[in-house]
Amino acid sequence: MNFFWRMGLLLAGMLAVVIGLSVITGISWLDLSWVMPDNVVSTFGPTLDNLWLVILWITGIIFVVTEITLLVFMVKYRHKEDRKADYIHGSNKAEVVWTSITFVIVMALAFYTKGIWDEIRDPNLIPADAYPIHMMAKQFEWNATYAGADGQFGTADDFLSLNVLHIPVDRPVVVQLEAEDVIHSFFLPEFRVKQDAVPGMSTLVWFEATRTGEFTLACAELCGLGHYTMGGTVIVHSQADFQDWLAQQQAAAEDD
Amino acid sequence: MSTTTAMETHTGTAEHHELSFIRKYIFSTDHKMIAKQFLFGGLMFLALGGALAVMIRWQLGFPGRPLPMPLRILFPDTMAPGGIILPEFYNSLVTMHATFMVFFALMPLMAGVFGNLLIPLQIGAEDMAFPRINMASFWIMPVAGFIMLASFFVEGGAAGAGWTSYAPLSTSGEWTGVYMGQILWLVSLIVLGFSSILGALNYVTTVINMRAPGMTWFRIPLATWSIFITAWLLLLAIPILTGGLLLLLFDQTIGTAFFRPEGSGEPLLWQHIFWFFGHPEVYILILPAMGFVSEVIACRSRKPIFGYHSMVVAMVSIGFLGWVVWGHHMFQSGMNPLLGMTFVVTTVVIAVPSAIKTFNWMGTLWRGNIHFDTPLLHAVAFVALFIIGGLSGIFMASAPVDIYIHDTYFIVAHLHYVLVGGSLFGIFAGITFWYPKMFGRMMNEGLGKVHFALSFLFYNMAFFPMHNLGVQGMMRRIYDPNQYEFLQGLQPLNTFISISIFLFVSTQMIFAFNFLWSLREGKVAGNNPWKSNTLLWTTPSPPPHGNFPEMPTVYRGPYEYSHPDREEDYWPQDEPPATTGSGGETVTTPTPELVPGG
Repeated sequence: MNFFWRMGLLLAGMLAVVIGLSVITGISWLDLSWVMPDNVVSTFGPTLDNLWLVILWITGIIFVVTEITLLVFMVKYRHKEDRKADYIHGSNKAEVVWTSITFVIVMALAFYTKGIWDEIRDPNLIPADAYPIHMMAKQFEWNATYAGADGQFGTADDFLSLNVLHIPVDRPVVVQLEAEDVIHSFFLPEFRVKQDAVPGMSTLVWFEATRTGEFTLACAELCGLGHYTMGGTVIVHSQADFQDWLAQQQAAAEDD
Repeated sequence: MSTTTAMETHTGTAEHHELSFIRKYIFSTDHKMIAKQFLFGGLMFLALGGALAVMIRWQLGFPGRPLPMPLRILFPDTMAPGGIILPEFYNSLVTMHATFMVFFALMPLMAGVFGNLLIPLQIGAEDMAFPRINMASFWIMPVAGFIMLASFFVEGGAAGAGWTSYAPLSTSGEWTGVYMGQILWLVSLIVLGFSSILGALNYVTTVINMRAPGMTWFRIPLATWSIFITAWLLLLAIPILTGGLLLLLFDQTIGTAFFRPEGSGEPLLWQHIFWFFGHPEVYILILPAMGFVSEVIACRSRKPIFGYHSMVVAMVSIGFLGWVVWGHHMFQSGMNPLLGMTFVVTTVVIAVPSAIKTFNWMGTLWRGNIHFDTPLLHAVAFVALFIIGGLSGIFMASAPVDIYIHDTYFIVAHLHYVLVGGSLFGIFAGITFWYPKMFGRMMNEGLGKVHFALSFLFYNMAFFPMHNLGVQGMMRRIYDPNQYEFLQGLQPLNTFISISIFLFVSTQMIFAFNFLWSLREGKVAGNNPWKSNTLLWTTPSPPPHGNFPEMPTVYRGPYEYSHPDREEDYWPQDEPPATTGSGGETVTTPTPELVPGG
């Protein structure tokens, strides 16, 4: 019993340290989420969150089983004077079993992943009716350009929105990402969107908002000393509001 | 066989000649002394990297609060005026923490220390194949380290473009405010590359050419196998990095445009080059630890390693697969998304050899007779934490999930589970296990256990909640997460993590004390304190110049523990089969396999 008492005391001590520090810093572990936060606002977001959950279950089960097995072995086969270890060099059968099981699981996961990746990222599957916006990232701001009334970019009636991305709800949007100076990363956490903006390249990223509101735009790639300030807002309008906003901006642009 | 190799320092192995202090302790060609030099150097850089981590976590745990008193006055106004860390200094801290840890702490502590110590002693050679190249390999490191350290003191401060040094941010001080610091960073790593290449050349040559009679390929202990494979990765990967660094240096200094979009440069080309080096590098940082852990687990559970051949094959496959997965660092980089699936598949396939290794370690513990010594505890912690680091890798390997967690704290958690929970605990297992051979004395077991228990606790308290930060979307390398409204609620967790890291770093003082105290006061070890089988333990502790009084002959594999026909629960590799007792005087020598390479 001596061994178990000591181990028990050790674990209790460790638990006390964790609880103590949690109280001091004011964390409630119950509030900490292990699944993706419940704030998703894009059409493919739930698919992606679901894939997260699938992987969490697979890895979670493997985690629990292997760690408990390890612990059981440690306790059960701990040193005792009167016992000698078994003289075993391995088992080909066991090797074949765990090699093939692992292989099958990860390959299945890879193929399950493929469909989702294509849906989100295949350049040929970008919705044709997506509303186009040009986004130029530079230290440390996001410049969204909208084609004016003529629907063409590079014309006089284009107008700019600084650090605020206005988009309509329930309609795909395709953002053409470019960077002026260094690499930035266009990160919309609630939309489950992240895409680097690389100078000299033009990258298309599409998404579709499922509800109106204000959401976060962040830079996820270290881009210099103001990197941490390179945030912005995404405003999702109802389709009617979005048309009003466009009209208003176009009028303002013409006045200039 | 091995005596024919050029080895002018000692022709007869048992022959001793007095060396001057400088030749013995400073410009030594003895592999064991070079291992010690790498050990002290590596540990010093480890401490420096840890100090930088404390600074980073101070800013994240207590943003905008001045550093506590002794630290406050240390830093000039260009870094931390009034003790408040500046954003540009924070970027340098993040960059230099990773740089020192990866290149100046982990690599020397694994390949440098244990490559030098273990290879000749485990395969029965009197020294490395090229002792003077070996000496050069060590002395390049302080030179590179000095250049890297100097970059803190030049105008503009140390490099601040991240250890990945993505172009074009790293190509011009225009973008970061760091001019000289970035150049010194590049020069230092170019110089350091020669240290790795020279070391690796030595390891590979020594293992191939200098094995004792009977030491066939499949009688080589797994620690030497792991370093042999690592050495190949170093030989092939470091020149790629060096080439990339040179091009980046040209972009920066003489106005070329390899990676700058002006002209015809390609920023993504840098990422391809960097990660083509960078992923093998990841395995350079973990494979040796796998070797140490295999050695310790087999020896301390008194049981043959489970699936020796599978272990070797798994390490070789990890070595090969490491070359075809680099794109998984670039899923969100703008690389053609149609390439994504290729890298998903190659990446998840690496789970297979990793699983093989994990299950074989568990199989070794199964029905063993496990001695809970400090090395064993660190080795089992390695397995437990490597499982977490491996499983969290599957999230990132799945490209769609990676969209969200890429460049967040989830990846920071993952890489620290592999490189601290994996590599560092592996290094602790290695140091505590081979310390008696290096210094002739045991480390204190009580202090060792306290150090282990506290490290394990504080380590998990610090790094496990980082997964949560990542799930909540907190980006890495940001100076002040509170700038973003959606991250403000995470401040308590960030403070918790910071305090845990301060505790983890403080705990390492126990290790440092134990290490230094045991040098003089530790219990005298004797030749074979762990009752291990490898040739290393047949030598005196510490082994003399030339290692083996006479050339050993190898009769069996390294993991013959608890053989049912023997009274002892171990069977040294060099003990002739006729003497089943304690290895007495009557030696009947059957003809061993004289030509290694079977």
